[in-house]
Amino acid sequence: MFAYLVRRVIGAVVLLFIVTAVTFSIFFLVPKLGGASADDLASRYVGKSAGQEQIHETAVKLGFTDPLYVQYGRFVKGLFVGQEYNYGPATEHCPAPCFGYSFLTQQPVWPDLVDRLPVTASLAAGAAFIWLVTGVGTGIVSALRRGSVLDRSLMSVALAGVSLPIFFTGLLSLSIFSYGLGWTAQGGTNPMDASNPAWWAYDLILPWVTLAFLYAAAYARLTRAGMLETMNEDFVRTARAKGLTERAVVMKHGLRSALTPILTIFGLDLGLLLGGAILTETTFSLPGLGQYAVIALRANDLPKVLGVTLIAAFFIVLANLIVDLLYAVVDPRVRIS
Amino acid sequence: MTEPQVSAQDTVQRIDRGEAFLDVRDLKVHFPTDDGVVKSVDGISFKLERGRTLGIVGESGSGKSVTSLSIMGLHKPGVARISGEIFLDGQDLISSSREEVRRLRGKRMAMIFQDPLSAMHPFYTVGHQIVEAYRVHNDVSKQVARKHAIEMLDRVGIPQPDKRVDAYPHQFSGGMRQRAMIAMALSCDPDLLIADEPTTALDVTVQAQILDLIRDLQREFNSAVIIITHDLGVVAELADEIQVMYAGRAIEYSSAEDIFDRPQHPYTWGLLGSMPRIDRERSERLIPIKGAPPSLINVPQGCAFNPRCNYAHLNGGASETERPELLDIGGGHLVACHLSPQERTKAWETDIKPKL
Amino acid sequence: MTTANTESTGVPGVIEPKIGEELLSVEGLVKHFPIRKGLLQRQTGAVQAVDGLTFNVTRGETLSLVGESGCGKTTTGRLLTRLLEPTSGRIVFEGKDISHLSEGKMRPLRRDVQMIFQDPYGSLNPRHTVGKIVGAPYKLQNVKTEQGTKKAVQELLELVGLSPEHYNRYPHEFSGGQRQRIGIARTLALRPKLIVADEPVSALDVSIQAQVVNLLEDLQSEFDLTYVMIAHDLSVVRHVSDRVAVMYLGKIVELADRVSLYEKPMHPYTVALLSAVPIPDTKRKAKQDRIRLQGDVPSPINPPPACRFHTRCWKAQEICKTIEPPLVELAPGHRSACHFPENATPEQEATAQAAAKEDPATSKQNPAG
Repeated sequence: MFAYLVRRVIGAVVLLFIVTAVTFSIFFLVPKLGGASADDLASRYVGKSAGQEQIHETAVKLGFTDPLYVQYGRFVKGLFVGQEYNYGPATEHCPAPCFGYSFLTQQPVWPDLVDRLPVTASLAAGAAFIWLVTGVGTGIVSALRRGSVLDRSLMSVALAGVSLPIFFTGLLSLSIFSYGLGWTAQGGTNPMDASNPAWWAYDLILPWVTLAFLYAAAYARLTRAGMLETMNEDFVRTARAKGLTERAVVMKHGLRSALTPILTIFGLDLGLLLGGAILTETTFSLPGLGQYAVIALRANDLPKVLGVTLIAAFFIVLANLIVDLLYAVVDPRVRIS
Repeated sequence: MTEPQVSAQDTVQRIDRGEAFLDVRDLKVHFPTDDGVVKSVDGISFKLERGRTLGIVGESGSGKSVTSLSIMGLHKPGVARISGEIFLDGQDLISSSREEVRRLRGKRMAMIFQDPLSAMHPFYTVGHQIVEAYRVHNDVSKQVARKHAIEMLDRVGIPQPDKRVDAYPHQFSGGMRQRAMIAMALSCDPDLLIADEPTTALDVTVQAQILDLIRDLQREFNSAVIIITHDLGVVAELADEIQVMYAGRAIEYSSAEDIFDRPQHPYTWGLLGSMPRIDRERSERLIPIKGAPPSLINVPQGCAFNPRCNYAHLNGGASETERPELLDIGGGHLVACHLSPQERTKAWETDIKPKL
Repeated sequence: MTTANTESTGVPGVIEPKIGEELLSVEGLVKHFPIRKGLLQRQTGAVQAVDGLTFNVTRGETLSLVGESGCGKTTTGRLLTRLLEPTSGRIVFEGKDISHLSEGKMRPLRRDVQMIFQDPYGSLNPRHTVGKIVGAPYKLQNVKTEQGTKKAVQELLELVGLSPEHYNRYPHEFSGGQRQRIGIARTLALRPKLIVADEPVSALDVSIQAQVVNLLEDLQSEFDLTYVMIAHDLSVVRHVSDRVAVMYLGKIVELADRVSLYEKPMHPYTVALLSAVPIPDTKRKAKQDRIRLQGDVPSPINPPPACRFHTRCWKAQEICKTIEPPLVELAPGHRSACHFPENATPEQEATAQAAAKEDPATSKQNPAG
């Protein structure tokens, strides 16, 4: 068990390094492959009026002319000890952990990320809770009443949930519940500014439900399929043969096995969402990481985009690690062997 | 489902409630499908007393497993159409509510399955699963139940039961797992134990151990045992009576001695002739049954075995048109065959017996 | 039957053996599967699936490998057909060492050595018609048939008791027994010399099992086939085999012709194995002369030292834990690896003990039989 744990943690760390390296390479290599020279890159960091020589000087100072691995090394170092950006007129200090420095807004990326993470985390956690409960619940009911009218209607709704995009369901729900009925908050407020949890939830309820609808639909289908499979397993028949109540058979014996694969997918989804629920945050104008990424992309502010990508990667790796460890808790065959 | 036959007269009712401990009467289990009705079990009857062992023998699709699952009430409601009567100690299981049958399951009747690895939940310890079985029917604390589980594991011959109680099924060998399954099935001291191919997944030396164990435990607990298998060797070891099934019906029923020494049905002859023998030097060739078992949706008219039977032509067309009833030919030996006793004796003595 | 042009399928320069001659010989065959553990996935041990087998197969005979799960019989089958590469030891087929031949060099030999699998469901591609499945070997080996592949396949189908009309059907339309026949037809397409059959009938119902056993016997006499049969059902083995090798934890413990193995088994494990088989005869129930082995087969990862059976053997003594008994010939054609053989004359017992004392170090490399 200990070896398993250590191996997973080491694996996660190695994976993180690979992910940062690949992400970094993409962000710094792709423009070059597209024909942009180091000078073209540097031109973004100096004023529009700067001359060719000035630009080149900046490019050298910022290290754009260095080989890729040197740049990556500097970046990783910056993550731990911070980094100085000397772009000519002045030197900007980016304290550790330095996720890059945006010359457009003239500030390090990290504080922005820290600022926006709670919004995204609130959104993701709330939505995850809702979709897990409703999705898995719906899946169980559907599986147990397989072929009934209830099953078919639930699965139709689920199909709709999977197929309808968030900007459609989001806008529709906004126009009905927020602008029409006035039950929920309108978009654009920062739930983290709310004075108490009630207001926080009030601000987030619509984005939660909208986001959860999409995922709940997928989870309902997954749970249903998983339950249909496990309820036909021999050990479920054994549980019945022991005289357990149907409720105990379903919850203790059926569901426990059916949920294991869902755990894996849940970890991935949650990790991905923590990197920013782009569509939801944009639709509801929530100041989270997803919205931040979109704004940065529009402004061509590469350091910010890189920062968000790395945060997302970090959460995905972390979520995967947690899932792996949870797996060992749930399934003794993983633990002992 | 049929209504229980409630009679105004008390005496009639008592007889109706079954004299034997287990009394199955005209049990039918049909599964409606898109292609037609699958008649998995199509009218079987048998009786079984405590302390006795009934072997149900047949090939795949003969209805032997479906029979046992319907006794246990393990068919999904709405999927199977079940009719007939199954009296367990006087109580008709088919007309009882699902909740009543559930209370009997595990307590008065228990079952062990073919593959003990898939039949135990991989996420729970062996002990937990036995404790669970015990506590459904006995209002005791976890500690008491755990002690009972250890006793049961010890009883079925698992070494160091106080340690192995906390092991997971995958940490057990195949034979140990089947022992644990037996411990679980017997934890509430059931009166009826159904063993569905209990040794098919096991190695031969382990199979011998498990068969011994079942026999010993039956003596100790004085329970009625139904053993379902395709292996005539296994029933010869355990069974007092044997019922041979073909296409959802019993085609022969008698004491184990009679089935092996004086089998009456051509299908039983076929089974015996198909089996290579370990206790004899080889005969020239095996005598297989021609063809394959029928589809249970389209069971042949008349005697279901007629297309594969070498003697069907002797019955003047009755084999193809009339379904033979399971009749007593004397001494409690029941057979469902149109052949006359003389023809049957002649065929057995001249064609079959010498070649076995 | 001339469905396929099967002349000179052997390797050039190799003289094909006649009936009764050695077709296959195996010497000191070993297969260990490494086990990796821990942080660095270092090899911490090995599953000693097959650990030093020496035997030969003569043309036209049926040799059966029997034993319980974990004894290595299936691994042996896969080694013989070179689906696996041996860790060490030699496999010689028709005088040619095939132990480490590459996939490409094995290809011509695949015509001569074929395999039948246990699971008639799993080994047939459900998306292919019977015609395509049975005809596949011709395609793979680029064999031209006299009247076209279709005719050849239809003849094969008839040969195994199926109808030529089944050519365009799919496997799921057939019953288990018929599927096994399809598998056998495919195996026969190239007229192999050696067929390794891994539990060919154990997934089938009793009545169907007999049909397939008879079919295999008929085909053997018609085409001079040589079978290596891998089975756990000792009754079937008694019926089909000429010689039987009993395996326990990766080793052959006894190798003898059928009659003497079943009537005078010498290794205690064989005795126990035979005595454990339930007999379809109620008169035998009364007899309580059974030998019941205790416990389960030990793990092949950490097999007991010396005689691997000593942990479960009722005759075991100190020597069994220290010196491995060699597989020696105690009676003509009857080899047994035991210090204290059953059903043995005093001379035979002496032979067994002498063989062990003589050269315990080389007990792993017995001379070929």
